[in-house]
Amino acid sequence: MPLRSLGTSMVPQRSKLPYVVLGVIALAIVWGLVATGVWNDILKYRKDIVYLTKQHLVLVSVSGSAAIVTGVLMGIWLSRPWMSRYAEATIQVVNMATAIPTLGKLALMMTILGIGALPAIVGLWVATLLPIIRNTYVGLKGVPAPLVDAARGMGMSPGAILRRVEMPNALFVIFAGVRTAMAINVGTAPIAFLIGGGGLGELIFTGIDLQEFGMMLAGAIPTALLAVLVDFLFGQAQYWLVPRGVNPLRNS
Amino acid sequence: MIRLAGLTKVFATGKGDVASVTGVTLEVPAGATCVLLGPSGCGKTTTLRMINRLVAPTSGKVYIGGKDTDTVDPVALRRTIGYVIQQIGLFPNMTVAQNIGVVPRLLNWDAARTRKRAEDLLAMLALEPAEFMDRYPGELSGGQAQRVGVARALAADPPVLLMDEPFGAVDPVNREVIQDEFLRMQKSLRKTVLFVSHDIDEAVKMADYIAIFRAGKLEQFAPPDEMLARPANAFVAGFVGSDRTLKRLRRIHVAEVMVAGETQAPGGVPVVRTTDDLRRVASLFLEHGVESLACVDESGRTIGRVTRDAVAARLGAQ
Repeated sequence: MPLRSLGTSMVPQRSKLPYVVLGVIALAIVWGLVATGVWNDILKYRKDIVYLTKQHLVLVSVSGSAAIVTGVLMGIWLSRPWMSRYAEATIQVVNMATAIPTLGKLALMMTILGIGALPAIVGLWVATLLPIIRNTYVGLKGVPAPLVDAARGMGMSPGAILRRVEMPNALFVIFAGVRTAMAINVGTAPIAFLIGGGGLGELIFTGIDLQEFGMMLAGAIPTALLAVLVDFLFGQAQYWLVPRGVNPLRNS
Repeated sequence: MIRLAGLTKVFATGKGDVASVTGVTLEVPAGATCVLLGPSGCGKTTTLRMINRLVAPTSGKVYIGGKDTDTVDPVALRRTIGYVIQQIGLFPNMTVAQNIGVVPRLLNWDAARTRKRAEDLLAMLALEPAEFMDRYPGELSGGQAQRVGVARALAADPPVLLMDEPFGAVDPVNREVIQDEFLRMQKSLRKTVLFVSHDIDEAVKMADYIAIFRAGKLEQFAPPDEMLARPANAFVAGFVGSDRTLKRLRRIHVAEVMVAGETQAPGGVPVVRTTDDLRRVASLFLEHGVESLACVDESGRTIGRVTRDAVAARLGAQ
């Protein structure tokens, strides 16, 4: 099936190996830090880490969840038959917008909304939104037409067709988009500091400016851990929420 | 049971209006199987899709059980009509049991009744329920998937079944098997079936009536034997083929032409059963150069004979 091959190429096979490799690298880094004494420098910023991590999580979770909800809804909307005349053009615009660097997007938001957490969240939302719209649209358009035809012919209402046939069959591709989007979100969130959005970027950028290695790592390490954690969580969600019959990760 | 009256579909395209189906009128009695036959693009599938309103007719009426389907909500109408499509259209995200349960669920059956129904249907279609209920369509062979497609269409026991080249995706050997199973099932279920095909042999085998289409028009509507014996025009004659007499033999059984009475079976020539069709009789005539064959009943007792003259009379009589 085309849907299946598309999905497989987009997502790495489920295996424990990546986690083992990551774990070994992390242990090596921690050992290096402890041995060189940098670990103690990092721990000096414990209070800042806790405070800024909370801010950071708010940025990521608010912008991310808003992007998932709006992106999926917009993808669904674009994939409806009555939108077919405008959908491809809209997706082209989305693709072009994706090409704008995220720092540029944040700067644009700052010029419109000023500085603070709000423009940062809106900027992150926009950056996260685009891959979700695109994958939702592509995933829904990729549902084989005979399935929708059979569903209609059996007397399913349009809502039931979307819920019980189109969405489950597109879900794997949609999740691939969400994972990509959340990786962008978590990776961009530190930049929010530059427009006054706070978060762990404060430690990273200040640490760079002051040439304080420990301070920079106090921001960088939690950011990296968060990225791994978020991807892990969405990977698990993809594994368990996509029905087995259309889930390449669970087919074997 | 199903009556089409002046059914017409005109599609608006970039190059102007194109008539896909023009003024199709026919009536299929309850419990009969009607095969819509014709070359691709002849309007047979569009005609089928107008019956369950997947395509809205430009003009004309569809009556099911005497009721004008214009007066019924299309979604509700479709829940009372079984539908099987060529690509099978099983939902890959659902198990076999869930696929079969789609329409029962739409009709708010309870879970236990839906599951029981799925088990019964699988058993009827020669698929072991315990083995297949919880499989996904990706884990089925083409023939198995096709059977599940039929089971799904029968789930809510609709009086009408629409089938769009339902066995087209199966290899020839399995197709024969599934056709035979379907005929056996249809003998007891007596659904009113409309069946799209482009294969004259399949039509002759399955149909009580054949409707031959060309360019959106109904060329002839008749039982297979009559259509093969007396094609209405040159197009129909061409479509059914110059070997149409041989095709007729499939649908005539020995019992219809047998001359009853005590008969001496000629040595070295096989006997025929009353339930055999005339293809076997004809090939035995040719193979052994005989004029007559002995007929036996189920118990093997000789009860009559079948002669070349009787076969010829049967073929000429209609």
